Amino acid sequence: MNELIFFVNKVLISGATLGSVYALGAVGVTLIFGILRFAHFAHGDMMTLGAFVAFMLVAVFQSLGIQTPLPTGFIVLPFAMAITAGLALGIDRGFYQPLRAKGVKTVTLLIASVGVTLMMQGVIRLFAGTGTRSFFENETKDLYRFKLPIEGVRRSINFSEPQILVIVTTVIAVIALHFFLTRSRLGKGMRAMADNPSLAQVSGINTAAVVRATWIIAGSLAAMAGTLLALDVILKPDLAFNILLPIFAAAVVGGLGHSYGAIAGGFLIGFAETMSVFNWAVLLRPFKAGLPDWLPNDLSIVPSEYKLTVAFVILVLVLLVRPQGIFKGAST
Amino acid sequence: MIRRDAILFAGLGVLILALAVWLKVPTTIQLLVTASAYALIALGLNVQWGYAGLFNVGVMGFLMVGGASVVFVSYPLNDAFWSSDGPFMLLKAIIAAIAGGLLIWGVTRIPKTGSLKKVRGFLLVVAWAVAYVVYRSQIDPAAVLIEEKAGFVGGLGLHPLFGWAAGGVMAGIIAYVIGKICLGLRSDYLAIATIGISEIIRALIKNMDWLTRGTLTVSPIPWPTPLPADIAAAGMDDATMSVILARSGFLAVTVILIAVIFFFLQRAYNGPWGRMMRAIRDNHVAAGAIGKNVTKRELEIFVLGAILMGIGGAILATYVQILDPSGYQPINHTFIVWVMIIVGGAGNNWGALFGAVFIYIVWTISEPASLVLFSMISDLSEGAGIGAIPDIESRALQMRVFVLGLVITFALRYAPQGMIPERVRTDD
Amino acid sequence: MSLLEVKDVEGGYGGAPILNGVNMAIDREDIGVIVGPNGAGKSTTLKAIFGLLEVTAGSIVMDGHEVANQLPDKLVPLGLSFVPQEFNVFTEMTVHENLEMGAYIRNDDISDTLDYVYEMFPPLKDKRKQNAGELSGGQRQMVAMGRALMSQPKLLLLDEPSAGLSPRYMMEIFETVVNVNKSGVGILMVEQNARQALEFATKGFVLAGGNNRYTGTGRELLDDPEVAQSFLGG
Repeated sequence: MNELIFFVNKVLISGATLGSVYALGAVGVTLIFGILRFAHFAHGDMMTLGAFVAFMLVAVFQSLGIQTPLPTGFIVLPFAMAITAGLALGIDRGFYQPLRAKGVKTVTLLIASVGVTLMMQGVIRLFAGTGTRSFFENETKDLYRFKLPIEGVRRSINFSEPQILVIVTTVIAVIALHFFLTRSRLGKGMRAMADNPSLAQVSGINTAAVVRATWIIAGSLAAMAGTLLALDVILKPDLAFNILLPIFAAAVVGGLGHSYGAIAGGFLIGFAETMSVFNWAVLLRPFKAGLPDWLPNDLSIVPSEYKLTVAFVILVLVLLVRPQGIFKGAST
Repeated sequence: MIRRDAILFAGLGVLILALAVWLKVPTTIQLLVTASAYALIALGLNVQWGYAGLFNVGVMGFLMVGGASVVFVSYPLNDAFWSSDGPFMLLKAIIAAIAGGLLIWGVTRIPKTGSLKKVRGFLLVVAWAVAYVVYRSQIDPAAVLIEEKAGFVGGLGLHPLFGWAAGGVMAGIIAYVIGKICLGLRSDYLAIATIGISEIIRALIKNMDWLTRGTLTVSPIPWPTPLPADIAAAGMDDATMSVILARSGFLAVTVILIAVIFFFLQRAYNGPWGRMMRAIRDNHVAAGAIGKNVTKRELEIFVLGAILMGIGGAILATYVQILDPSGYQPINHTFIVWVMIIVGGAGNNWGALFGAVFIYIVWTISEPASLVLFSMISDLSEGAGIGAIPDIESRALQMRVFVLGLVITFALRYAPQGMIPERVRTDD
Repeated sequence: MSLLEVKDVEGGYGGAPILNGVNMAIDREDIGVIVGPNGAGKSTTLKAIFGLLEVTAGSIVMDGHEVANQLPDKLVPLGLSFVPQEFNVFTEMTVHENLEMGAYIRNDDISDTLDYVYEMFPPLKDKRKQNAGELSGGQRQMVAMGRALMSQPKLLLLDEPSAGLSPRYMMEIFETVVNVNKSGVGILMVEQNARQALEFATKGFVLAGGNNRYTGTGRELLDDPEVAQSFLGG
């Protein structure tokens, strides 16, 4: 039983947290792909940028002496999202829109996003340096323990405060996004443009407004994902680069351009990662007496140094078997 | 070549001469050797992107494969390894890998139609799982033993030129596998897959201590030409002169290599093969419709480009004589190559060559230059009472990353053809 | 002054011009039908009116406004609506949502227009919760026309509405076109099935080589032996 709780803590809770962050990032990637038809390589850095914006806002709040019951990094989230959305709009206006106006191929936009990612990395490190930071330098990270009322159970199910916030916020964001895409006029316009851009134009849909809405949503979700990830783990400038691959894998698994697929893909990759590095031998410990000797102590599927491989292998499998994504047809 | 190009190359020559005066000759030759390795890499990327429009953002991975290959092939034999059980256990692991591969291959031979088609997918998954478990069960103890008894496997002690060739071959094999999966899909998928594979190669080389010593690094990798110490031992009294001679020898090898490769690339580009590749790049559908096997041609070219990158990566590691996995960064090893060919002129080998040497020089001298610039700004801000800039060295370096990104986006917008644009001969 | 006046329009996709002086005038009561051989510039004329390719000379006046080279999001509010020949529905959206997208520019209550469209195309009412991609070719054409009517246009541009449909569906679509016209919407359509279409056309335009060859009522063109021989297959 203790081993099972260890499994819940290490795989289910961590997987849900990681999956939430991936889902938020992947939705942004997939929306941008749906509307503008290119894989936005700067998305990882947009997340990092959002997290750093939040970090600076926290510094401002704390210097003003504002005390909050929840972590300040979470309280400033709406402001960080708004600022990052504004930055995303500015980046589009400055670097992508002029290229679109020239009618370039979408792969040129892809290269431009590589250029943008470098610029963002440079700016972030220029101002923030290369060191790591924590949102909890002046606050405590609360840990919630849930004891199960079962005889002989010593371990408790542990949630950290950021983990709860990540999961709850993601659920709220996903529901809000769902209503936006299915109920609001602009949201339906976004779906229409992703579905058939020329018909959307012919219908009189203001495509420029749809593009702006896309950047606002993608930028604010990126800020949300980056800040929540930094709250849960740590804030560092190369946060983004390690997360880019899982996010793209999630978006591809869900079918590029399909928002619901991206969310499912995010959780799939999150759980796959935590399950792959989990040492399954732990679950066998209670039966140790009956097990053969040759069984090694470490039964994780991949060593944790190779965690990145998990997302990649899933990505490759999907590209081989169903490049249009495994959820295509099941959702819009 | 057109007059403007000649002027650009002449300008580059003047820049190099100025560097020779400013940085002294040995440093300039060193810079040129590295630039020549990058030139080869840029030619590789130009083949992939400029000829065929294949978007590869995993250049770093291919360079690391080249570096690791030259270590394995050319580093001296490690007696501790060969006298231990290591070779035997590795042999077992290799046999396990082959057996697993055969099992998977066998399952893929099951016809997609017929009575077994429903279980085919399931059997394939099982076969992969079995193969993986069998391989891990052999390689894990072997890795532990080798690291304990011998540190790492060492090399084969062959001449570095064999190591370079091996680097090209290994990079080509990896490119073949990636290309087989991703070519024929949207270019975005290739981009994602290449960035993924390069990060995974970095993780592997960093962590497979038994093969590469990981972060402990391997050195010294032998040179194909005499080292400065060898020349000094042969009777050269002037230390500077022996350095110059040794580096010039190395440079001569790389320059000859580039000249040969360049000659063949130019011929191929202007021949029927090049015309076909441009046709495929510019219009997939039409090229397919006239009976060209688009995906297969693209696979060839992706592998060819990767081979050049692998050789270039091997040269880079050989010259500095050390394989340090932590020294590889996407910025220094992938994106800078992109800047080289975008600025130089994608699709034109002369452009790639020019861009590689020019951007590498700019990149190198921008380190001291940005430091000077930042010190000036810092002095100004201190004078203005705002205070000096903290951590000035690391910040100045980050500024270069920003400029690199800015150059890419501006080049795309204002000079998408590059400084030496692609010119298609129509009068032959 | 007619509702739509096309005068001496020239234009193309940047290369050699495809239109070399096209003239047309359509009123709200009209059903205009453009016929002509392949490559005559029939669909190109519609696209030029709708701002989808560059007009290099001439004028296009809609309801008193000069609209040459205006983008669709300016034209739809003026009362112009366009049904492309292909890819003319949002396949991953429901029929209902497709119609809503047609009314994107409107800020008023659209329920009356929805009723009108469902009345015009009864089969759509039962399928309004289905994705348009799941419908048959004929039903998709209805969705496409319904979508275009949702903006309450004064003039509807149809690019080969019967393309790829069976003869039965073709007649059904033509009947609908006449009904739509009776409800007060002008029609300008390109049609391959020239004879059937000219039967109900109030204005017919024979295009060849990018300019008008013959202009008249549908009946006049059908009765003109020269037109019949050269363009209607004898």
